[in-house]
Amino acid sequence: MTMRIHVTVNGTEREVDVVESTTLLDFVRDDLHLTGTKECCDLGECGACTLLVEGRAVNSCLMLAAEVEGGEITTIEGLNENGKLSPLQDAFLAKGAVQCGFCIPGQVMAAHDLLQRNPHPTLDEVKEGLSGNLCRCGGYVQICEAVLAASEVS
Amino acid sequence: MNPEPIGASERRFGGRGRVTGEQQFIADIRLESMLHVKLVHVDYGHARIVSIDTKKAAAVPGVVRVVTAEDLPQPMPRFGPVHDDKPILAVEETKYHGQPVAAVVAESKESAEAAVQLVRVEFEELSGVYTVESALAPDAPLVQEPELRPDDPLNHTNVLNEFRAGWGDVEAATADVVIDNVYTFPMITHFAIEPHAFIAAPDDGGVELWTATQNPFQMQRLIARVMGLPVAKVRVHSPDPGGAFGGKQHPKYEPLVAFLALMTGRPVRLLLTLEETFQEVRRTSCRIHARTGFKNDGTLAFQDIRGDFLMGAYADIAERVIAKGSYLACGPYRVPHARVVSRALLSHTTPSTAFRGFGTPQVSWAHESQMDDAARRLGIDRVEIRLRNLPRKGEEFLRGDVPADGDWAESVRNAARAIGWGSPLAAGRGRGLAVAIKAGPTTGASYAIVRLHSDGSATVLAGTSDMGQGARTVLAQVAARELGIPIESIRVVMGDTASVPFDLQTSASRSTVFMGQAIARACAHINAQLREMAAELYGAGPAGVTVERGVVQLTGRTETVGDMLRMRFKDVKGEVIGLGSMRSEYAPDHPLGGAPHFFEFSCTASEVEVDPETGEILLIRHVTVADVGRALNPQHVAMQDEGAAVMGLGHTLMENIILDGAGRISNLGALDYRIPTSKDLPLEMHSLVVENGDGPGPYGSKGAGEGGLMATAPAVASAVTEASGVVIRDLPLTPERVWRAIQERTR
Repeated sequence: MTMRIHVTVNGTEREVDVVESTTLLDFVRDDLHLTGTKECCDLGECGACTLLVEGRAVNSCLMLAAEVEGGEITTIEGLNENGKLSPLQDAFLAKGAVQCGFCIPGQVMAAHDLLQRNPHPTLDEVKEGLSGNLCRCGGYVQICEAVLAASEVS
Repeated sequence: MNPEPIGASERRFGGRGRVTGEQQFIADIRLESMLHVKLVHVDYGHARIVSIDTKKAAAVPGVVRVVTAEDLPQPMPRFGPVHDDKPILAVEETKYHGQPVAAVVAESKESAEAAVQLVRVEFEELSGVYTVESALAPDAPLVQEPELRPDDPLNHTNVLNEFRAGWGDVEAATADVVIDNVYTFPMITHFAIEPHAFIAAPDDGGVELWTATQNPFQMQRLIARVMGLPVAKVRVHSPDPGGAFGGKQHPKYEPLVAFLALMTGRPVRLLLTLEETFQEVRRTSCRIHARTGFKNDGTLAFQDIRGDFLMGAYADIAERVIAKGSYLACGPYRVPHARVVSRALLSHTTPSTAFRGFGTPQVSWAHESQMDDAARRLGIDRVEIRLRNLPRKGEEFLRGDVPADGDWAESVRNAARAIGWGSPLAAGRGRGLAVAIKAGPTTGASYAIVRLHSDGSATVLAGTSDMGQGARTVLAQVAARELGIPIESIRVVMGDTASVPFDLQTSASRSTVFMGQAIARACAHINAQLREMAAELYGAGPAGVTVERGVVQLTGRTETVGDMLRMRFKDVKGEVIGLGSMRSEYAPDHPLGGAPHFFEFSCTASEVEVDPETGEILLIRHVTVADVGRALNPQHVAMQDEGAAVMGLGHTLMENIILDGAGRISNLGALDYRIPTSKDLPLEMHSLVVENGDGPGPYGSKGAGEGGLMATAPAVASAVTEASGVVIRDLPLTPERVWRAIQERTR
């Protein structure tokens, strides 16, 4: 069964027919062709698929597309403004937080949510806030530094 | 003149696309009319395939084909980096949990998933070999058919190979103290966050592949061989991997998707799940029996090491992992008498392959824990005993091989200082320090093309794989330095066998040295052509012209290369093309087929606090020191070394693939197999470098990036011993294992 979904994606209203069982992750990647959101564990454990629903970070592999009907989602593609990197994105580059990069969209979205809720977190709060996002390159030191640096800019 | 790019922490090339989501990984690539592939497995380790019924699956709407071994060329093509032993799909039996017996090709992922559920596989459970002990048992089932290795005298055993190294006479050697212990190192999975993914498409009488491989040229040759195609008719695109760590070094399902693309005449895509990725790659586990003799002053008298390494059902590159690790199983020390015998054992488990450190973390776990045991027995400081045995720079330590190529004692002293060695410790805390050494690349061939364009910008073509180490950035820094142009005006092209020249592979921390030199030489080739250009343009003899770092100088005239190019290419345009290469040939007489071009030497020091009630280890401070010769990009070195250290903390503290009695992976997936998160970071982490400019790479650099995990386990374990009084010789140091050891000691 398919259904029609109305959702605001990165500020643009969209109307898309999807199979009812489609996860939010597959919806974003396969139906909207926004592939910046990544798939890894499909279990809500790795955080690679993190995006924002109503401004809050979620594991999109654990939600159905149908759950965002009438709502608003923001993906990594919606974070930079007019082609300019956000201070958070820039901090990731400045601090050397980007290695292979596969986890980075999820890390950035989780960090974005964290800074929205807590604009000046402590290091421990950053570690806690990003603990659901795995980085096998092990770049956590630099990722945490980037988030702290971005919090000073904001 | 432009700012000096060497030694500057230039931002990561390709970083922008990785923070905006624009970077395309394999799963992000969409081809017109692409089909989707899902694999069919049996939920058992070693099983005989009785029958496969695909009728119902084939009838699922959207299914294009269901392929089993029978549908592939006969005899089944087999492949591997060393031995051609792995079939494209399981033939007659599955030899490890997760080996596919069939593949469904469908118009959609959903159709393929539905059809997989309907493939009926009747199988007979067979007894399997899942441990070192069972592989060596006299009545052990044979993992591989003897016909696969007809000329091998060991083909009726599960021993694929026995590696021997050593010198002197261990039997005759005398010692004041002999330390005799057995160490085990578990199976670890790579867990790249990007699961393995493959795309193939028919292409102009050949085949085009997209795979995140560290080794696109090997892939190209292999696909050409199994499909009977000329190398030029196989085009391998290798977009930057989303983490590789050795797991994406050698072929996995590329031959399968290539055949499926040709069978269906359409592009096909196979995205493995994380669970399937776990089943495809892992680190070689082992049991090491070390008997080490010491004199009373702490100097080594002999090393007698027997390693039993459990590889998987197919050889992959595991034999090489075992050989390279074992060659340095005595560590970076002066050892008067040494004997190392390591067996490479086949088992009914996931094929083990290259994994960051390549055998070194396993052997350092043993040789460093032995040093600590000796230090405790002899009442010698644990740092001091290492310093007494480390060779000086230039001193031979592997009999008959290249000497120590760095000031290794300097690394140890720096690590000791940074961890506060010798300063008072709080209750419940302890410190440890360990070293490790890995042989760098022994052979290799890297070719580079540098194109200097008419406006003075440049395109670098290099076959290296940028899998997170930042190879693009460092290689661009080399070109920027040699051509005297800003790094912003350089493009580095990689990842396409049809457009970049040959590179052996991205492995063994080789790229800075091999590809870096190839690019430096390509730039020198350009500069030589620029000298001739200047001589011709200005009517001077070439001897009177110099071109260095973007500046042309001849008698009475100094100008930039850019200005000269604009004049020279004013009308018909053009460019200057530089070729460069670095080769190192196979040396049949060397135990590794060639002397290492450098040693990757690393020292780790750690301070921990152990909770005796729970066995939990709190990492207070963690220090790594890497002897990198010269840090071309200090930030890149730090992120690599600290990242490696975090990865090392995984195998030290929590990671371990667990098999059940049927050879099935019990902790299959991210829920049950835990890797370090941000909350597992040590409270303080420091990465230091030693830079003496004594490497063979550009500007005296050596390879880097693996070191940070090579000595993690023995350093942390030594700290745990000081903190808690227990000695543990099996990894990982889980709270349960530590708690049990404390309980046993206090009982």
